[in-house]
This record gives sequence, C-alpha cells and structure tokens, in this order.
Amino acid sequence: MLVSFNWLKDYVDIDVSPDEIARLLTMAGLEVESVEPLYPHLESVIVARIEKIESHPNADKLKVCQVNDGKEILPVVCGAPNIYEGQKVAFAQIGTEFPDGMKVKEVKIRGQVSKGMICSEKELGIGDDHSGILEIRGDFEPGTSLAEALEIDDTILEVAITPNRGDCLSYLGIAREVAALTGKRVKYPVIKLQETGPPIEKLTSVTLLDAARCPRYSARVIEGVEIKPSPAWLQKRLEAVGLRSINNIVDVTNYVLMEYGQPLHAFDFDLLYERRIVVRTAMDNERFVTLDGTEHVLDSDMLLICDGEKGVALAGIMGGENSEIQPTTKNVLIESAFFDPYSIRRTSKKLGISTESSYRFERRVDPEGVIKALDRAAQLMLEVGGGRLATGYVDQYPKPFKPVTLAMSASKAGSFLGMQVEVEEAAKLLDSIELKVKVLDKDKMDVTIPTFRGDLTREVDLFEEVARLKGYDKIPASVPVAPLDTPKPDEFMLFRNRLADILSALGFNELVTYSFISEELISKLRYPEGDFHYNVVKIKNPLSEEQAVMRTSLVPGLVETIRRNIYRKNENLRLFELSRVFIPAKNKELPDEPYFLVGALTGSRESTLLYDREHQIDFYDVKGQIEAIFDSLKLEPGFSSENIAPYLDPAEAASVRVGGKTIGCVGLLDSEVGEDFGIKTPVYVFELSVNMLYDLSKAKVEFKPLPRFPFVTRDLAVVIDKDIPATAIKDALLDAREPLLESVDIFDVYEGKKLKPHERSIGYRLTYRAPDRNLTDEEVNDLHMRMVKRILKQFKARLPE
Amino acid sequence: MENKIKEALNEARQLLAGAKTSQQLEELRVRFLGRKGILTGFFKELGKIEKEKRPVIGKLLNETKATLEKELESALREIKKAESRREKLDVTLPGRKPFVGTLHPITKISREICAIFQRLGFDIVEGPEVELDYYNFEALNIPKEHPARDMQDTFYISDNVVLRTHTSPIQVRVMEKRKPPLRIIAPGKTYRRDSDLTHTPMFHQVEGLMVGENVSFGDLKGILTVFVHQMFGEDIGLRFRPSFFPFTEPSAEVDIQCVICKGSGCRVCSHTGWLEILGSGMVDPEVFKMVGYDPDEVTGFAFGMGIERIAMLKLGINDLRLFFDNDLRFLQQF
Repeated sequence: MLVSFNWLKDYVDIDVSPDEIARLLTMAGLEVESVEPLYPHLESVIVARIEKIESHPNADKLKVCQVNDGKEILPVVCGAPNIYEGQKVAFAQIGTEFPDGMKVKEVKIRGQVSKGMICSEKELGIGDDHSGILEIRGDFEPGTSLAEALEIDDTILEVAITPNRGDCLSYLGIAREVAALTGKRVKYPVIKLQETGPPIEKLTSVTLLDAARCPRYSARVIEGVEIKPSPAWLQKRLEAVGLRSINNIVDVTNYVLMEYGQPLHAFDFDLLYERRIVVRTAMDNERFVTLDGTEHVLDSDMLLICDGEKGVALAGIMGGENSEIQPTTKNVLIESAFFDPYSIRRTSKKLGISTESSYRFERRVDPEGVIKALDRAAQLMLEVGGGRLATGYVDQYPKPFKPVTLAMSASKAGSFLGMQVEVEEAAKLLDSIELKVKVLDKDKMDVTIPTFRGDLTREVDLFEEVARLKGYDKIPASVPVAPLDTPKPDEFMLFRNRLADILSALGFNELVTYSFISEELISKLRYPEGDFHYNVVKIKNPLSEEQAVMRTSLVPGLVETIRRNIYRKNENLRLFELSRVFIPAKNKELPDEPYFLVGALTGSRESTLLYDREHQIDFYDVKGQIEAIFDSLKLEPGFSSENIAPYLDPAEAASVRVGGKTIGCVGLLDSEVGEDFGIKTPVYVFELSVNMLYDLSKAKVEFKPLPRFPFVTRDLAVVIDKDIPATAIKDALLDAREPLLESVDIFDVYEGKKLKPHERSIGYRLTYRAPDRNLTDEEVNDLHMRMVKRILKQFKARLPE
Repeated sequence: MENKIKEALNEARQLLAGAKTSQQLEELRVRFLGRKGILTGFFKELGKIEKEKRPVIGKLLNETKATLEKELESALREIKKAESRREKLDVTLPGRKPFVGTLHPITKISREICAIFQRLGFDIVEGPEVELDYYNFEALNIPKEHPARDMQDTFYISDNVVLRTHTSPIQVRVMEKRKPPLRIIAPGKTYRRDSDLTHTPMFHQVEGLMVGENVSFGDLKGILTVFVHQMFGEDIGLRFRPSFFPFTEPSAEVDIQCVICKGSGCRVCSHTGWLEILGSGMVDPEVFKMVGYDPDEVTGFAFGMGIERIAMLKLGINDLRLFFDNDLRFLQQF
C-alpha cells in the first residue's frame, strides 16, 4: 500500500522523519519497501528570480534571462510569453531529470549559453498548464525548494501488508500502528451529518437474502448531487497514492476506501429498478457486465447485488455498467457492507478480477466500521457534491459481531517468548493498539479485541503483539535445553551423498536441472509405445510446454545441458546428476519418487592439451567409470548387450547388471537421438537406478586375510570366433572352480591379417596361488594345461600359430 | 715406502681433481684400489719390509686407502649429481592431471547448512516433492480460500495434489510420525509458479523444526544466531523482524548484515545494510493440533530458508539463473 506522509499526518501527530517511521513500521512487522519523495525530479528544482531580460541576438522569439538562483546569476534562454523582470519562477537546475527522461544540461541555444530551465506546470509534471511558465507567488527567497514553496512536498512510503493485517490496508490502520510506536493516539475524523432529506425508509429498502455471504449491508441516499471534477485537494491525495481521479462522488468512495479500508460503492439511484437493493446469490450462467465493460458468467456461489429486477454490482468486487455514476447523475445510493472474505476470494479467483475492493474484503474489513465509513462518505459527498442527505440509513445486520475477549497470562507470555513480561507493561503495549485491557491480578488480564483486529483470536496472538510492540530485539537470544537424543542417520541419504562424492572424485561435475520437462523430450528417447516413461505426472498450470510434466528420466536434462555446453565450446564434459524422477503409482495419490544417477562423457580423454594427441573418449572410458563407481561401492557389475535403453547405439552399449538384475545401462548416445537434441559429436552416457544400487550396497564388507604365499602366472592365448564375448572364456575359467586359480585378467586382444576375418585372438593371464604353500612349477604347468584344454574344447577354439 | 705411499695419494688426488665423469672415477679407483691397483700392490709388499716398520707403514697404508676411498666416494656423489643435473626435466610443462570433479554449489551449500544444524543435534529428514495439498497448505493452517495462498504461486497436479511450494510440509509429516521432543532439518527441491530475473520455478529450501517443553522464541533467536555466525562469520549481525506466516505465531523474518558491505549499504542490500535470508517463528498451535500434539504441553519453533539465496551471498553469485544453466565454467568454480 502506498502511504502519503502528508495525508498520514491527518490522523496522527508525527514528529520524526519519514525514514524513521519506515524503520519503526518495518521493525513492527509492516515492512516498508521504499521511501521516495512524491516528485523525485523536483529535488533540484528551485524558486528563482528573473533579474533581467534581454532579447536573443539570433532569435526573435527567444529571450536571454539573467536568473538569480540564490547563489549566483545565471544566463537562461527562454521562449515563454509571460516572463517579466522581478518575476519568481520555477527553475530546473542543471542535472534535473524530468519523468519523461529529459535531462537539463548546459547548452548553447542559437549561440547563447543557457544554464538551466525555466519551467511550465506541465513540464514539471505537476499540472496541465503549458500556456506559459509557472509563476511563483508568495514571499520566497530564491533558492527555496519548489516542492516546499508549492506545498507539494510529500514522501510516499510503500508498505507491504501481510495477509493477516487487512486492518492496515488503510490510513487509519497505519496511523494506529504509528501512534502505538511513537506514543501518540490516533486522531479519528470527526463526522457530523446534516440529514435534511426525507427518511430513508421512504426512499429505498435493502432485502438481504444471503446473510452468510453478506453478514452486513448498509446504505444511505443523497439526493440532488452535482457530478463534477473533485476539488484539487482530493485529486492530489488520490493521485499521490496512484489512484486516478474520476469525479467527485467516485473519488469520495476511493478516498474513504483508503482512509478506513472499507470499500464503498456509489450507485446512480435513479438507475436502480424500483429504487431498491436485493442481495442474493447469482444464478448459474447468469450474465453480468461490470463497469469496465467486461461480461462475466456467474454461478450460484457468487454474491450479486441487485435492484428490483437485475444485477447491479458484483458484490465486493466491481460495480455494474448499468448503474454507475454518470455525469448526469442526480441521486446517489452509497453502499457500505461486510462481505464474507472467503466468498469474495472464491469469486475473484474464479472470474480472474482483483480490485482494491476485493483485495480488502478478502482480508476482512471491520464489520463495525461499516457505518463509520458510510457516514464519512456521506459527509464528504455533501461537501464536494452538494445535495440533501436522506435521514437515517438502512442497516441489514442480522447477527452483529461481538468483540472477543481473550484471557492472557503475562508469565506464560514470558516463558513462551523467553523474556520477562510484566503484566502492567503488557497491558500498556496492548492498550497502545486500542485493545481493551482489564488487568485481573499480577499475572492475568482480559483483553477485548476490537472488531477491526480479526486476526487476534488466541492468547498466542497476543504474545505476538506484545513481542512485536516491545521489539523482537528486546528478546534475549538463548540456547535451548534439549535431551541428548540419538537420531539414527538416514542411510539412504548418506549413500546418495557418498555416490555424489565418488562421481566428483572421478572427475565429474554435478548438475542440477529442472524436475519438469516437456513431453516431447521424453519421446526423443525412443522408448516404445506404452513404455512407463510416457506415463507422466502432468502439471495442470505449467508456465510453458517446456515445463509441463514431471520427468520420468534424467536423461533429457543431461543431454540438453550437454548441448548447451558444446554450443558454448565447453567440449570436454564429464557431467552427472543424481536426482528424483516421478513415476505415477497405482492406487496412490502421490507418485513414487525414486532416485537415478545419470552421467556423460564427451570430448577428450585427457584434461590437458599437451597429452591429448588422438585421445577421444570411447565406450571403454565410460564403462571404466561405471567399473570405478562399482569398485568404490564394493560391487561387481556385469555388462550385457541385451536390455539396453533405446536411446543408446546398440553397437556400443551395454546394460549394467548385478546378480541377474539390470540396474542401468551405459553406452554411446544414438547419433539420431543426439541429432534430435541438436548434438553432432559422440556422447557417452550412463544411467543407473540409485535405489537398486543402494539395496545392493547394503551387503557387509568382510575382511579377507592377505595371502601369505606367492602367486604364479601363466598366460593363455586363444583364437576364437568374434561373436564370443571375451568374458565368456574368463567366466568359464572361473566357473571351473579350480581352487588354485585365483584370478583371470585379459591382457591382449588381437584382430588382423594373421587371423581369419571372423576370428580374434585374446590373451588371458591366469594367476594361481595356494593359501598354504608355495606352488611348484610342475604342479602349475599341469593345472594350466588342463585349463587350456578345457577352454579349447568348450569353445572350439585354437591356439594361435 | 712411506714416500711412495704419499706420492701415490698425491697422484690420486691430482687425477681425482681432473676427473669429470663417473667413468673416469671408476678407472681411477681400479688404478689405485683395484685388485691390481697401486695401493693394493703396497699391501702385498708389506711382508717384505722390516718387522719394526710394518705397523707404522701398515697403519699409514690403511689410512691412505680409507682417505682415498672416502674422497673417491664424495667425488662420485658430486659427479653423479652433476650428471643428473644435466637431465633435469622442464618442470613447468603441465602435469598429467586427471579431470577434477565438483559438487553443484546448491549441493555444497545445502550440505553445509545441514552440517551446522547436525552439530546442534538436528536430524536430517526428507519428504515428497509432489505433495498433497493437505500437507503443503491445510495442515499448515492455510485453508483453501485463505489469502495467504497468494504468498505462494502454486503448480497444481490435481485439486488435491501440488508441487510443494516449500519444505514446510515435511514438518507435518515428521510430527505425525514422531512424538516430541524433536529437532529436524529438511532440505529439498521446492516449486513456485514464478519465473523472472530473481525467481526460478524450481528452487531449494532447508526447513528446520524444534519441538519440546518450554522451547521459546529466545531459543529460536539463539539457534539462528549460531547458524548465521557459523555460515557467514562471527562478525555478521542479525535482526528479527515481525512478519506473518500462517503456520507460525509469532513469525519473524531474519535479516543479516550485508555480507558484502558489512552493513554500511551497497547495491546488493539496496543500501539498507540488511539482507533478508530466512523466515521463522514459533509453531502455531493450530499446526500442533493438526498433528495431534497438545499446544499446552509443547512449544516449538520452525524456520525455512532458500539455499540459492544463501549460496549467492556466500559465493558471490550474482545471477540466480546460473544455478540451473549448468555451464561447465560455472560448475568448475566451486
């Protein structure tokens, strides 16, 4: 809410600066977001006197004035018709920047130096007159601030009002806070009404058909008003807080809205059919045109203010086009009501209209302030529009609100807040914001809450008021006393942290990408129709199609990030992301949120150009990373050409398996998929289920004693068909369960001229060891021969020539 | 004999001084100390000299041999050093550096925040990101039509399911499961329908909650003061400002002294000297009632902060969007 400092001073005596008021309000929970002069560009505009006027040597219509700015005499070129020597004028000094962006500089106009500018009202942005320059009347010394001279010197405070403090969406509400914080009392407007018209009952009636949505509806009638522009003071006040002046009657409703926080509506009384008001809910599909010309389709949950036949205002939100104040309006009905906050909010949300009025009703107006605002509006309308006020007012208020009385204990407040609270002090603080306090004894008091503070309903709310008004800074910081409990760590979280640490230790940079993606990106991964990846959690109100569904795979975010980086010439990438995906779960309202790990490598194998000859990464680099990750986790992965994800190139990809379960895959991103994402270079990626990895990693690590006797190695080279995987022979060797065979490593793979096209030769190094003795050469040779024969037979292989 | 020995030593020393390679030294050693060497020859002649002179000559011979061996050895060391010096590598060439990985700054700062509270006995917990409206709003005292819902623009999945707008629903889930007293800290992703220079539709928060007998607002101040001092330094002051959150009463925004200008006013703090970093307050009795705690028996405080905000202040990052852009040159800096 924008608060004019001058206007605020109507309601409370202020003897400190706007900045100090801003600080006090902020520290009391009404955050002041800015403190600005009303006309910031006028700061360098002063009153100056024209001492001498000479004609311009090179221009007939221009004059050269000698201007006294209080310090020196400056030459100023001016073309205005109404200047004379000795005249006091508004003078914009060099450096002044006008709202339209124009800057006053030292210039030469047709060869004559001009050091400043004599301004018209319009140029200054304080009026419409541009027939000549603004003449300053009154006894002001040259150098006086113009804003001060014209009494348009004001400061605007922008106050952020939290949803609980609807009462502060008004000058009187803010004044109440200021008064409490500065030890003053609020000066409420004095309302005296001359009721010279006929009794209201003779003129109109209000039929209230929905007291739940409208607990109170009151009205007054003024006959014989004259619709015209508002007087300057009223216009200025509204404009200072960003409201447009419309006409005297409408302006008064807005003025009182700002003053009391009570929205009002003025109807052209003669346009109300049967000159009466009916408050009812709308019918489903009932149509209504608000005064901004928009037609709305209503439903039976919306409250409609009607006359004897039709809707005339959308209750609490906006009046109707059919009954608004016209230039010809003679008679006015003023509405002041209390509408149910939730009802107004539902309607406002549904129709997508939010107004100064609905904003306040949603935050609850003061049900007991309804008549005060009505009277105040009547008073001001008579003042600015004339006419006769009907005697009395209509007030439909079937169930009056009763002020709540709360019991409060000072000692309880003290232990809750963590400081000493004396009953007298608490009473004084609560009294300062106009709560009615009755002290019962040294600890207890009864506090009656005025109806404008609907947010105070419990004892704890009073604790907050005490703390707030005393100042949070007065509460000493303390160290809580708590039992030394021993929470169990979340093992899964620890595991995930460990996994991220392993990846970063292996040289990967971690990514964090958005959880929402477009459905189109998922389809780029080439999953077959009906795959679970297409079963997504959809956002009903996404910001864009690019962020419309919750991701079922981390791969699109990874690949998109790679594309962006490669585009920016970051070509050697090692990236990973460890995050959740969202998979709808059967018979559950919330989806499952399992974790996945994805990673990618692109570009060079070496980080340094010097050692980077022809070393572009290949499949075995990324596979090696998987092996290293599993090594760190004390797991042994298996790799298979089956079950690989469709976004990988089947020629260079494998599924990753542990104990017969596929837990992920690794390989070259399919080049077509890459192109779909806008990537032309090879990208090696992997994807692993973190939940599955975690389950597998729970196996306990057990110590094995170090071998005491040396090992012996023998090599085996076999020529086999290319289709036979290298590990098949290794597995067969180990499957023989020969107790002395400790391990098998592949040390060489050869394909080429010496072999037939479909053949390759693979070299295996077999390590033999006995746990309890040294092996003899003969023993090992015999054993090795048996192993060799076994393999040759099993795989129909041959030894190289 | 004595003279011969001395002459031999002198000769050896002269040669030694002229030797430039280890090869030459080896030749020298063979010439004097080898099996057919000069000194070795003298030892063989010892038997031929008079008995009385033998001990003296023998001693001299032994000493000479030892001296020569020592001098040879040290000369060899020098020459080897010199020889190796010639093979010195250009140590300014780059090393074969492996790729160095990093954790994302959000991960780093989140862990750092959690670690501070863990040292204070807070237990780390998590919750779902796709959350029931009930946990995200209703149980936190934010009914459907409450204007407080305007404070957080929400992504809806259905009428009852939302993307959590804050980590606060975790408070409720934990309290439903556990009995007081408790101390928890809950990091995670959060979502709001907002995207501009200073807002991203996904961001990260850390939520904290402490419930027990006689937990006071002063305790909240104490714990958060410890946090700010450990996170930003002992010299950073903080202030508590009244505010409003439906699930806390009283509520407080916490400002810290600007970490850039230390409170004197700069662009980062909009010349106020203060930076808002978190929201907090005493748990509202309505929230306790929702989870079956008796507000007359226990009290508690809760707080929540944005990880990106803390990371920006701590690491001097000036553009929020960099976090989710994941440019390698950004990631490698942390």
